[in-house]
Parts: sequence; C-alpha cells; structure tokens
Amino acid sequence: MKLDDFLGQDTEWLRGTGPNSHIVMSSRTRLARNIDKYPFSHWANRKQSEEILSMVKAAADATNFLKNALFLRLKDLSEVDRFFLVERHLMSPEHAENVEYKALIVDPKEIVSIMVNEEDHLRIQVLQSGYNLMECWRILDEIDTELSKRLPFAYSAKYGYLTACPTNTGTGLRGSVMLHLPALVFAAQIDKVLQATAKLLLNIRGLYGEGTEASDNIFQVSNQVSMGIAEEDIVDNIERIINQIIAREEAARRAIMLKNKQALVDRISRAHGTLRNAHIITSSETIALLSAIRLGIDLGIVKNLDRRMANELLILTQPAHLQKLEGRILTANERDIKRADLIREKLK
Amino acid sequence: MLCDICGKSEATVHLTEIINDKVSNLHLCEECAREKGQEMEEHFGLSDLLAGLADFGTTVEPEATLEALKCNSCGFSYLDFKKIGRLGCGDCYDSFKNKIAPLLKRIHGADKHVGKVPLMVGKTVKDTKDLHDLKMKLDKTIQLEEFEEAARLRDKIRELEKKDKKGNDKGNK
Repeated sequence: MKLDDFLGQDTEWLRGTGPNSHIVMSSRTRLARNIDKYPFSHWANRKQSEEILSMVKAAADATNFLKNALFLRLKDLSEVDRFFLVERHLMSPEHAENVEYKALIVDPKEIVSIMVNEEDHLRIQVLQSGYNLMECWRILDEIDTELSKRLPFAYSAKYGYLTACPTNTGTGLRGSVMLHLPALVFAAQIDKVLQATAKLLLNIRGLYGEGTEASDNIFQVSNQVSMGIAEEDIVDNIERIINQIIAREEAARRAIMLKNKQALVDRISRAHGTLRNAHIITSSETIALLSAIRLGIDLGIVKNLDRRMANELLILTQPAHLQKLEGRILTANERDIKRADLIREKLK
Repeated sequence: MLCDICGKSEATVHLTEIINDKVSNLHLCEECAREKGQEMEEHFGLSDLLAGLADFGTTVEPEATLEALKCNSCGFSYLDFKKIGRLGCGDCYDSFKNKIAPLLKRIHGADKHVGKVPLMVGKTVKDTKDLHDLKMKLDKTIQLEEFEEAARLRDKIRELEKKDKKGNDKGNK
C-alpha cells in the first residue's frame, strides 16, 4: 500500500453510506494522548521527538487495527501530498506545517489515523461515513486500550489524561459530526439552530475543522467539554443534539418541497447546469453547487446522479487532489480550468 | 490624501493588513482608524482566551513573577503558557496547580476526571519505558554484533516482562 493508492479509492468519510447519510456526511472521534515523562510536542527536544516517533510506531505496529497501516514521515512528503492528506480528513491543517518531527499513521481503509507529534504526542482518530458516532468511539476505545499496553500515557488520577492544551484535558475525547444542512440555510433558520447548539456547549466549525468557517451548508459540530463527563456520555450528548438537528433539517426540507418547490428546483437545476457547462470554476463555487446537487439527489430532483458521485467530486476537485491527478503543481488558474474539465467529464 | 473608508476627512493613519498572504494598504482618518482598531482587537487567539480565563481576580501579576513560576520537571514557565496557551509537560499540571485547577473548572465546569483509566498507571509506567529503552538498546547491540552485551540485555528484558505479566495478572483478579 502506498500513499498514491488512496487516490483511486473512496475515502471513508465520503462513501455516502451509513445511517442518516442524507444529512450526516461523516462521524469522527479522536483522543489526545501523551507519553508520560516526555515534554509535550512543542517543548520536546530533537532526541525526545525522535523517541516518541519510534515508540508510537512500534506500538502501532503491534496493534491489530494498525498492523498494515502506512507510516508516513511528513518531512519526506511533498507539500501537495501533505495537503492531499488534509483534504481527505486524515490529518489537521496544522499537522501539515513545521513537519520535521511529525508523522501520520493511517490504515489502508482510511478509517483509523494517528497524528504523531501534533499538539499532543498522539491524536488518534476514527472516521466513519454517515451517522455512526458511538461506533467510532467503540473502535477508538479499543485501539486506545491496545496502544496503552505498550505506551505509558501521561495521566493523573485527578485530572485524567494530561494534554498540551487544558481544553482537551480529562478524557481527551472530541466527537464530531459533519452535517449537510442546506434546507435550514435556505429557509434562513440556520442561525437559530447554531445559536441553540452553541449554548449547549458544542462547537460549530467548517469543513476542515479548527479555524475554518462553516460555509456552503456544511457544518461540523463537536463537544467543547472533555473533563468531568465520561466518554460514553460525551458521545451520547452529541447524539441527542444531532438527532434534533436532523429532525429540523428534515422538516425544513419537507416545508420547502411543499411551499417553495419551484424555487428549489430552479436553484438545483441551475447548479447542475453550471457544473455541466463551466470551463473555469473555483473550489468554493464547486462546493456550493455540489451542495445543491446533493440536496437535489436526496429529494429526488436530480435523478441520474447518486450521492457517491457528488461526494467523489467534492473531494477530487480540492486543490491537492487535482494536482495529484494531474501529477504536477498547478497554478490557481490552471486548477480552475482542470476542475471544470474534470466535473464536465464526470457529469457527462 | 482622503480617508479610504469615509472619503471625507484627511487620512492621517496608515495601516498595512495581511490577510491570506494578500497585502493591502489602508489610509484612514483618525475617527475611522479608531473604529477599525476596535474591529482588529476582536481578532485574538485561543491563548488570549485561556489567559483571560486563568487570570481572574483583580490583581494583575507582573510578568517577572509569572516567568519565575517554572515547572520543576521541564523548565516551562507560566508566562510561556500565558503566551502560547500550551503547557510544557504533564508535570506542569502539578507545578502550576494553583492556576490550572481553577482554569480547568472554568473551561470544563469540572476539575475532576470521570471516565477511562489507562491500563498502566504508576510504577508499571516506568517499567514499560525501561523495557522500551532496553529493547532499543538490544537492537543496537545486535546490529553492532556485541553479543555478550545483547545476552545481558535479553535477560534483563525477560525479567522485566515476567514482572510485568505478574503485575497484569494481579490487576485482572
């Protein structure tokens, strides 16, 4: 298995299957862990950082879920390859910067990945298509337990797992769900939903996590609090709130189909037309139009396409993916042309 | 030159803004500059927020006091934490406990962990690290064909692993 093999396969979070996948695009859980007696990543010296890398690699190699995983030293990868991994949600944008002692361990199915020497020594992530948060946690829990047989984690009886930033202390668990909420945006109800969600101590972010804006109908919702509440309860709390949001989005979709169907059909058909005919198109316009297409597929308005195709286009049209497909660095203008070519070809 | 925002008053303040690598120059009158300044103060990061949460109370401690407050294990100072919003090592939680415990309470609404406990805590933690170090050394000695030393290390590893197994069995009962 090589990094380039990922290009030909559907990444887990975009398979477009799983429970409630018409609204929930993917579910993700991650644990922050550090190795006892070692300074946190930003404060560790060269020797300590190298030791952490080799300890984590050895532990992962001995773990059932990760024995066939790829171990990638990020300094050995090109910038395009690093952003390719970010676009596939296998690592954070921060992990693609200052890469000297950073590594990524990723299983061939792209479900499990471990960022090594990110903000914490280990950021272990499990990603699933659709609404599967509890399942993600169960897998993650098992991997964490296996790793902990070989890695002594920094832990205090009082504070729990010790992390570089106090916002992750305790369980070190962050659960997040990526939602596609076009009808709530269309019906101008989204602000109300987001405000209510924020009051319940959940974070809302954009497509690529921390520091990115929620845009084009795609939102990531995650827990803020990681201490004083057990892992299952954190997951359960998120699920309860997500269930409400799903119900609201479904109601908004029904309402639009009843009252405003022509306007919606018009918007979706225009999106389809633009994608099929454009010769120059930016990444953000593509995401916006694909969001409309996705809604059209969900509501039976767009008939000759499936969700999987919409998802595939969503990822293949990202900058690093386009450059991987083309096998060379492209300027922004070249990418806009290539992107349009690719979309016209796929939607023919 | 007239102000770029209101276009009425004389521009006396000149600002350079860099957003997404794009440089733009702004020429503003005093009144518009003040408004712009307020807008810019809103762009602050997580470390500012955390520092704000940690330093409640009325007295502001001088930087020298915060710099002198250092972690015994890793030498990281509390001032460093205030600046970057990250701690130096696990022991920092203890070294700065008077400040960290209230901070955790403010962030999480709790300062006690509930939930998972790792398999290895306390003494076995050290043994595991020793074991790892020994195995690394063993690999090296084999590569260097120092077989006598390798045999010694192998015995030591066996001894530690036996101890580890006993400890685990006890833990499972």
